[in-house]
Amino acid sequence: MAMSSEAAPQFAVGKSSPGPIMAVRNLRILFPTRDGSDTVKAVDGVDFDVTAGETFGIIGESGSGKTTLGRALVSLIAPTEGHILHNGVDPATLSRSQFRAHRRDYQIVFQDPNAALNPRMTILDSVTEPAEIMKDGNDESRRAAGIAALSRVGLPREFADRYPHQLSGGQKQRVNIARVLMLRPKVIVCDEVVAALDVSIRGDVLNLFADLQREFGLTYVFITHDISVVSHISDRIAVTYLGKLMELGSTEDVIERPLHPYTQALLSAEPIPLPSAMRTDRRIVLEGEIPSPVEPPSGCRFRTRCPAAQPRCADEMPTWRELKPGHWVACHFSTTDGPPPANANQQTHAVTGRIE
Amino acid sequence: MVAAGKAHDLAVARADARRAPAGETASPLLDVRALSLAFNTMDGLIPVIRDVSFAVSAGERVGIVGESGCGKTVTGLSLLRLFSAQAARLSGEIRFEGRDLATLSARQMRDVRGRDIAMIFQEPMSALDPVFTVGDQISEAYRTHFPVSRKEGRERAIAALTEVGIPAPARRCDEYPHQLSGGMRQRVMIAMALICKPKLLIADEPTTALDVTVQSQIIDLLRTLSERTGTALLFITHDLGVVAEACTRMITMYAGEVVEDAPVDDVLMKPRHPYTSGLLRSLPSLSPRGSILPSIAGRVPSPNAMPAGCRFQPRCLHALDKCEAHQPMLELTPSHDARCCRAREISLPGAVN
Repeated sequence: MAMSSEAAPQFAVGKSSPGPIMAVRNLRILFPTRDGSDTVKAVDGVDFDVTAGETFGIIGESGSGKTTLGRALVSLIAPTEGHILHNGVDPATLSRSQFRAHRRDYQIVFQDPNAALNPRMTILDSVTEPAEIMKDGNDESRRAAGIAALSRVGLPREFADRYPHQLSGGQKQRVNIARVLMLRPKVIVCDEVVAALDVSIRGDVLNLFADLQREFGLTYVFITHDISVVSHISDRIAVTYLGKLMELGSTEDVIERPLHPYTQALLSAEPIPLPSAMRTDRRIVLEGEIPSPVEPPSGCRFRTRCPAAQPRCADEMPTWRELKPGHWVACHFSTTDGPPPANANQQTHAVTGRIE
Repeated sequence: MVAAGKAHDLAVARADARRAPAGETASPLLDVRALSLAFNTMDGLIPVIRDVSFAVSAGERVGIVGESGCGKTVTGLSLLRLFSAQAARLSGEIRFEGRDLATLSARQMRDVRGRDIAMIFQEPMSALDPVFTVGDQISEAYRTHFPVSRKEGRERAIAALTEVGIPAPARRCDEYPHQLSGGMRQRVMIAMALICKPKLLIADEPTTALDVTVQSQIIDLLRTLSERTGTALLFITHDLGVVAEACTRMITMYAGEVVEDAPVDDVLMKPRHPYTSGLLRSLPSLSPRGSILPSIAGRVPSPNAMPAGCRFQPRCLHALDKCEAHQPMLELTPSHDARCCRAREISLPGAVN
């Protein structure tokens, strides 16, 4: 294995029985600020594995680096430091032609279904373009494959010759999925794929993703800010904050028994459509907003908003540790029972948050 | 300074006198009756909302929900008559404290906007002017309606910023919108909207552009401010969770019509219109993990191709022949109305069961 020498032992992610289809090792992605005087630490030291066939959810607020991470996973952004291994292969080491053949297995669907389609191309032309670039078959076979892919995502034949403006948002997102399917990828990174869709059709698109996974044995990396979506479809969930992972574990563990105070606050902030009598008053109101990734806080990134922050959190960066089997957390004070209790003097906003 | 203060007090006294109706017998603050709006286009008039009727009592928090294209935003904008007469044709009544806003002159309407009814929008960055400090913009909202000095305007702006929980308000007051984060900008919008102590605040998707942790701050802020100041809230959103947490009553809109109107707790437990039930059932948080998610087949019809009779009927699982007829709003209980002829016969799943 091409493990990077700078990856400290405690960062090594264990438990990868069939060999991960994607392995992220000590990944850092930095961008220069506009005047070049500083860097934006979009992703700042992240390690995890994605197992073949699973749905790996990545959740975080805007500015947490989740989109950058998603793009890096499919080699749209090169790592500044660290590695991303696709089935043990580092795509950065491949030659141009090898890389071209390689990347068809690692595809991405973007958030905005409108921006992802060329308004001057017909739906069928957009769908067959990737196959054309890959030189799969001839015009006729590609046309047939394109129509088959469209029908697989639930779009009848007559959509083939339409233009994007004639389609609704949900239909356009289906076209984007069909286009990716043309390449028969192994992994699809889904970056906020349902965020732009109405709730009523969101379910349809999520059901489609689940069907396609069963049919083609796909692996998904599902990036979203929507907890209800990620917890519905993921097998495992990683929680990001300001370029770092806060917590990683099975969906059930992360949602039902979170270990990190940030995860706990994030879960409690989700508005639940239940009648008032059935709602548990467990809202933890976080102060302020996510700090700038140009100058992230010292020590633990979350400490400036953490209801349980201690002096140690400013001095020392928490280690990424496997507190329970398969359940990782980056917090000094988490125990197997859960996150540390909030400080007694913790001020909350308009309402008083109560922690169970 | 003193004179300015007096002038302000006089203005407030006058305004209050004007507002206090002689016989205030439980008439609602806002009473919208048969409101319709059609856009003027090259192809003629396109009706966007039809026969919208609802009421908001003083201090009440009402949510309007529906998919995009159902007329939620148009309803909000119509209440403040923010469409020009050339762009759209408005009919019906917008009774606010006894006056029909639909009949006011443009000048009278300007006195109502911001003073009696204020509005905040989804994207605070495009609602704020980038070349003025937030303090200037907040005090402008006040000084438009009350003749106070610049200095007092600024003091009131700082007080308003304090009210909405902005730290170091005296410093923030002199900053420009780009120096503030998204959540701070929305707080500024709320400060601006509430500085004249309006009776009604219309909030159009105020948290959609924000992260969940910030969204929960803003919802709590709007709810507590409304409870404390008695400002009624009309909360336009597609997020039923937000309505459940922020509002006391929920109005469902579909294809330009109000299809259900009920107390939040009632409608979440027992929706009476199939569309409301469908919206609720399609939320992932209400389905077991990994299960097939329910959805509503089809999409909102476009305004120039509305189905006859019940507008939801082509997408409805419960549609019968009688749904082809025009559907009136039915009063099912004194507080629960639905526009469905089958509302009494069918039992629909809600948020629980």
